[in-house]
Formats: sequence, structure tokens, C-alpha cells
Amino acid sequence: MKPLVLNVAVAAIAMSCISSTASRAAWEPVRPVEFIVPAGTGGGADQMARTIQGIVTKHNLMKQPLVVINKAGGAGGEGFLDVKTSSGNPHKIIITLSNLFTTPLATGIPFNWKDLTPVAMLALDEFVLWVNAEKPYATVKDYVDAAKKAPSGSFKMGGTGSKQEDQIITVGIEKAIDAKFTYIPYKGGGEVAVQLVGNHVDSTVNNPIEAVAQWRGGKLRPLCVFDAQPMAYDEPIADGKAWKDIPTCKSQGLAMEYLMLRGVFMPPKVTKDQTEYYVELFKKVRATPEWQDFMKSGAFNTTFLTGADYAKWVEAEEKRHEGLMKEAGFLASN
Amino acid sequence: MEELANLFHGFAVALQPYNIMLMIIGITLGVIIGVLPGLGGANGVAILLPLTFSMPPTSAIIMLSCIYWGALFGGAITSILFNIPGEPWSVATTFDGYPMAQQGKPGEALTAAFTSSFVGALFAVIMITLVAPLVAGFALRFGPAEKFAVYFLAFCSFVGLSKEPPFKTIAAMMMGFALAAVGLDSITGQLRLTFGVTELLNGFDFLIAVIGLFGIGEILLTMEEGLAFRGGNASINLRVVLQTWRELPAYWMTSLRSCLIGCWMGVTPAGATPASFMSYGIAKRLSRRGNNFGKGEIEGVIAPETAAHAAGTSALLPMLSLGVPGSPTAAVLLGGLLIWGLQPGPMLFVEQKEFVWGLIASMYLGNLAGLIVVLTCVPIFAAILRVPFGIIAPLILVLCAIGAYSVHNSTFDVMLMLVFGVLGYLLKKCNYPLAPLVLAIVLGDKAEEAFRQSLLGSQGSLGIFFSNGLVSTIMALGLVALFWSAIQEGYSRLRTSMA
Repeated sequence: MKPLVLNVAVAAIAMSCISSTASRAAWEPVRPVEFIVPAGTGGGADQMARTIQGIVTKHNLMKQPLVVINKAGGAGGEGFLDVKTSSGNPHKIIITLSNLFTTPLATGIPFNWKDLTPVAMLALDEFVLWVNAEKPYATVKDYVDAAKKAPSGSFKMGGTGSKQEDQIITVGIEKAIDAKFTYIPYKGGGEVAVQLVGNHVDSTVNNPIEAVAQWRGGKLRPLCVFDAQPMAYDEPIADGKAWKDIPTCKSQGLAMEYLMLRGVFMPPKVTKDQTEYYVELFKKVRATPEWQDFMKSGAFNTTFLTGADYAKWVEAEEKRHEGLMKEAGFLASN
Repeated sequence: MEELANLFHGFAVALQPYNIMLMIIGITLGVIIGVLPGLGGANGVAILLPLTFSMPPTSAIIMLSCIYWGALFGGAITSILFNIPGEPWSVATTFDGYPMAQQGKPGEALTAAFTSSFVGALFAVIMITLVAPLVAGFALRFGPAEKFAVYFLAFCSFVGLSKEPPFKTIAAMMMGFALAAVGLDSITGQLRLTFGVTELLNGFDFLIAVIGLFGIGEILLTMEEGLAFRGGNASINLRVVLQTWRELPAYWMTSLRSCLIGCWMGVTPAGATPASFMSYGIAKRLSRRGNNFGKGEIEGVIAPETAAHAAGTSALLPMLSLGVPGSPTAAVLLGGLLIWGLQPGPMLFVEQKEFVWGLIASMYLGNLAGLIVVLTCVPIFAAILRVPFGIIAPLILVLCAIGAYSVHNSTFDVMLMLVFGVLGYLLKKCNYPLAPLVLAIVLGDKAEEAFRQSLLGSQGSLGIFFSNGLVSTIMALGLVALFWSAIQEGYSRLRTSMA
């Protein structure tokens, strides 16, 4: 994939030479910008894209409108292929989730993140291990003991999608504690949380924003977070407990870490000024109070990366996904 | 009676001039969105959502939910006039609504549809007002097995009651299932039947199939039959509304039954589409004029419309109290709630009283405003059929193409729509029923998903579909509906042999 990166660089230099007069003034969109969401309406990526759209509109951060378009087909493959084939189009950006890695690996569609131009990492989404509040397990240890004691495969884990982040975490837990779960895929995170409230599954790894309402309502209990350190938010949510009070899974003897990328990419062969424009735009978005409220309500990890750092992070993460999915037997057969 | 006081407070909020203005804008926009097939309520709300971020949340949700009501009303218009259902739950409305329009009674059909929609919605809102906390918990009992049972019941109540030759019905339905299977298999995460064609990643969208099968297919048929719309001599004054209203009370039993089916389906949350099909199927079986269904019976318009709206409205209840959207539009509204900093879930009714009751009050007022807006326009809608076919047909074609394009912003879908049009024409010529095919496309993948989720949970045992009272009852009802004709025949034979 090296040659492609080189091509992009060469093209970028060539383009900036051709448009040297124009590039003196910073690039700005001249048409409405399409903001592609490779997932359905109402999900986490969709919410984030629409929040950004709302912030941009409210604070007048762009002269041209930003239009959110969902292209969810084939676990997001439709959206990625659309951006991949819009080579050189600076009026198109895409928000990604972990399906940036998992979809091409699991389905074999002709796409790799290196086909796109990285812009910025906006945040990382946390994963928390949830159980029904009526269940007796108060700690990770109780939970692990119960899962190990149950007959193989009778312990049910609910999650969003198949061979995606939730199932990868489930396989990670199985490995870490040497037990066998039955993973049941559902369409959306909200539905998964409600299935847990209704006791149709035994546990879930919902994102904070998907399950927080049920936690506050006393229906669900968080056991641990799949991050290296506890979450940063110390405002009490339920029973005087805050996000910060949820221990990391690792500290509780469940060695699995996972964070989901919420980042932005552009089509291949766009110029540096064009990427710069969006980096600056997202910096402005991040400074607004609405964005900070949104981060707080979803207990996001607010790491922000751009340029080479971002690309390096994505590359490492791709390797990790490939390893995790290979171990789990999730790779497409061809 | 604290609820009642809250509700009146809600009315006070909803009746502020600013909110009334938003309500009327919302309804009008919604009707336009509903008339354009393919755009749909969910897309309409999603497009307009960001515009509302600067409003107070209560005003914003009033406007957005009014777009939703407007779209629900608007969906019936094209179904009845041109046989093009704009939303999945309008499909059943075409079965009798379109024949009525062809017989020169578009005004009656539209009035019946709009009024039934209003009745269904009103019934559901009253239910939400009175028993919200009780009903909300019911949705929690629905796991995959229960959901599959509901889909099973929808299929059975439709198939067992159909008058067409059973093998043609089954053939059409199987074709629908095959089409529904294309795309991503959500259980294994692998692509199915796409043959490496990237355009097929999304599978066959219901809307494109329906716009083609019904809309384009119908235009082809009309062209063959002499380039003229039947029903062009429709009366076009407002008196038709009053005349139809005089007839409607006779169907109170159908209405009440459809309201109950709708509310149940909306809360569960299986949604408006199974509700409308189920309600139509049951009305066909229980009505004294059941044999006339499909030939332009007004009851065949009332049943699906009432149920669809009761379901569409009550779908907001699980969204608010549990955070599970009962419909695609509700899912977009849910996203909006989160952005406004409101967390749907058990605490919303406690912490955000003004918002919740403002919304509920706006359901009453929005539906009333919607009814007035659409009823006054009935003569105008009906008059469209007087426009010569040579002028209106190209317009419909353009409308269909825009609709098909706007589903995924893809020109491939427009081609696909034309292919479905030819398919629809051929099927009609060979007397294959289109309804089972459409039902299978809409519910096929959902039913499959629920079925496989259930079996994963039970480790492959079919016993899960009879594992508790709720799911066994629904499954048993489905089996009864499926073999109803056989049961009836056996019963009458038994009686003659006894005598």
C-alpha cells in the first residue's frame, strides 16, 4: 500500500503547484459538503455527525451547508466505497467507526482505510460491561464466576452487528476468562440495552450513551470499562456513582481493552489545504460548549489526533483488528 | 389526576402562538414529504433536524413530530390516487383505496383514510396519556422469539385469509423472501447473493420495489388499456367529506379492532407495517362484505389506515420511556432528543415533565390540525385524477424516479425501479398477487433475523417459540389464522355429518 500513499503525496504536490495562485488564499468549500455516515440513522456515528452538523449551522462555522447522508449498506461498505470512488472530491467527508476495519475484513469488499485521506480523530468511544441490575453479580469477579459456571454456550451476550466491535470484545472476554458465550447480534445499540433490561440476554458491552438512561433508571449495572484508565467524568449519574467510579476491566482481572474510533476521513487525492480546512473546522467544533456537552453525555474519551499521528494510530489499530479477527475466525473466506 | 394537570399544562405550552405556527409548518411540510414517494418521514425529519437545534427542545419536537404526522397523512394520498404507497404501511391502503379511486370515488377513499388515521392516532394518544407507565413495561417482555411470533402472525393472518390460489400466493411470497435475502446477512456479517456487485450491498430496498411494482407497473397497465385514468369523473366538492362521514360510524367495530391491533403492534415494538397488514387481513375475514375486499370496499381503507396510525403514534411511547425507537422516524427523533440533552428512558417522564407533556399535547393538536389541513384539500387531490393521462403519467414517472433516487441517492436504484415496474406488469398479467411479495420484502429480513436470534439464544431448539405464555399465544393465533379456511371447512363438514 506504500505506492498509493506516495501517489497521494505526489498528486498533492502536483495539485498544489497547479493551483499555486489559489492556494495562497486558504481553500474553502464552494459547494455543499456531503458528510457520509457509513451506518444507519439514530446510531452513534449518525448522532455524532448530526451533532456536528447542528453545531456548524448554529455557530456559522462554514459558508456552505454540511449535509449528512447515511450510506449504511453492507455494514457501511456502501459508504466507504462511495468515498473511495470520489477521488479528489474535497466536498465529501466521512465519519467512521470500527467498521472501517471490520467490514472489509469480514466481507472481503475491495476497500482499505489507506484508500482514504485521514483528517482527524474526533474522539474515542468507550465500551462498558453491563449486566441487569436484578442479577446478583456486583463485581467483575462475580460475573466471571457465573459465566464460567454456566454450561458452555448458555451465557448470552447481546451486541450490535455481527463480526464487529461488540463481537470482537466478546471473543476477547471469552479468551481472557476461558469461557464460551453465545453472541446474539442486534441491529442497534439502544435495542441491545433494552434486551438486557428485559433479561433476554445476560450481559452487553454497550457504549455509555446507549445504556446511560437505563443505568439512571436503575435497570442496568456497569461492571467495568474496557479502557486503560477509568473515564474522566466525575458528575454522579446513578446511586451517587459517576462514570469515573467504574473500574477498568483490566484492574478487575479481565484483560481486554477496546476503544472505538470516531474519526473523519476524506476521499483519496485531495490537497493538503483541503484537509487543513477540515482540521481547522473540527478544532472550532471541539471548542463549542455543545460539543463538550455531547462528549460528557456519552462519556467519550476526547483524544484528538490529526495528520501523521492519526494515520499512525489508525495503522496500529488496523493491525490489531486483523489479529483479533483472525484469531476469532471472522475473516472473509476469499 | 396529576397526569391530567400535566396534560393541561402541556396544552398551554403547545398552544403558544410560536408553537402553533411551527405545528402548521410541520404538518404542511410533512404532507409534501409524504406525497413524494421515497422521501419518507424518516428522511424528512433527518434533513430538518439540524434546523431545530436553535429552538427550545419542546418547540423543536413539536415541529418534528408534526412533520411525522403530516407524512403519515400524506402517504395515503399517492396510495389511493396512483397505487403508489409512499411508506411501507400504506401498502395495504392501496388494496381497496386504489380500486375506489378508479370507480370514481377518490374523495370518499381519501376522506375515509384521513379520518381513520385521525381516529387511530387519537386512540393511541389517549392510551399514552392514561396508561403510559403500565404499557411501557410491556415492550420489555419482547425478546427475539416474541418478535418473530408477531411477524409470523402478520404473515399468517395475511396468507391464510387470501382468496388467491394458494400456490400463486406462495410463489409470490417466496420471490419476496429471496429479494429480502440479498445484501448483508446481519447474523453472520457476510454478504449474500450480491455476486460482487457493490450496488447490491444494500439489498433491495422496499421502497424501490414498491414504487416500481405498483407505480410503474400500474402506468404500464393503464397504457395498455387505453391511456386514460378511470375515475376521472370524480365529484370535487367538499360535500363528499360530509357524505363519507355519515357512512363511517357504521364501521365502528372495524375501527376499534384496528385501533387495538395498532396500539399493540406499536408498543411491542413491531411497528406500523405488520399492524396495517394484520388489521386488513382480519377485517377481510370478519367483515360481512369480506368477499368484496380488494374491489373497492371502504372498510378495506379504514382497517389498515387506523391500525397504521395507532401503531405509528404508540411507537413513540417505547421511544420515550425505554429509548427503543418503534419506527425509523422515531429513531431519528431519538437522535434529536439526545442532541437536545434529553435522555429518553425511564427517567424522562420524571425529570422532563414539561417536555413530555408538551409533546403529548402536541400529538392531540398536531393530528387535529393535520386532519383539517388534509380534509380541506381532498377536492384538490381528487381533481388530480381529472388531468389527462398524457400529462399526469410523465409527472408520476418523474415523481417515481425522484422518489427512487432519493432513497439512497443512487441512479442504480432508478434503473432497478424500472426493472421492478416491468416485473410488476408481468406478474399482474399472469394474475400473481403483488401483496404477498411486498409483505415478504418488508418483513422478510426482520422475521429471519428474529428467528435466527431466537435459535441462537435457545441453542437451536424450536421450543423457544412455545416457551412462555406470551409467545405461545401469539404463535397459536398465527397457526389458527394460517389454517383458518381449513378449520372452517372441517367445522362445517362436521356439522353436516352430525346432522
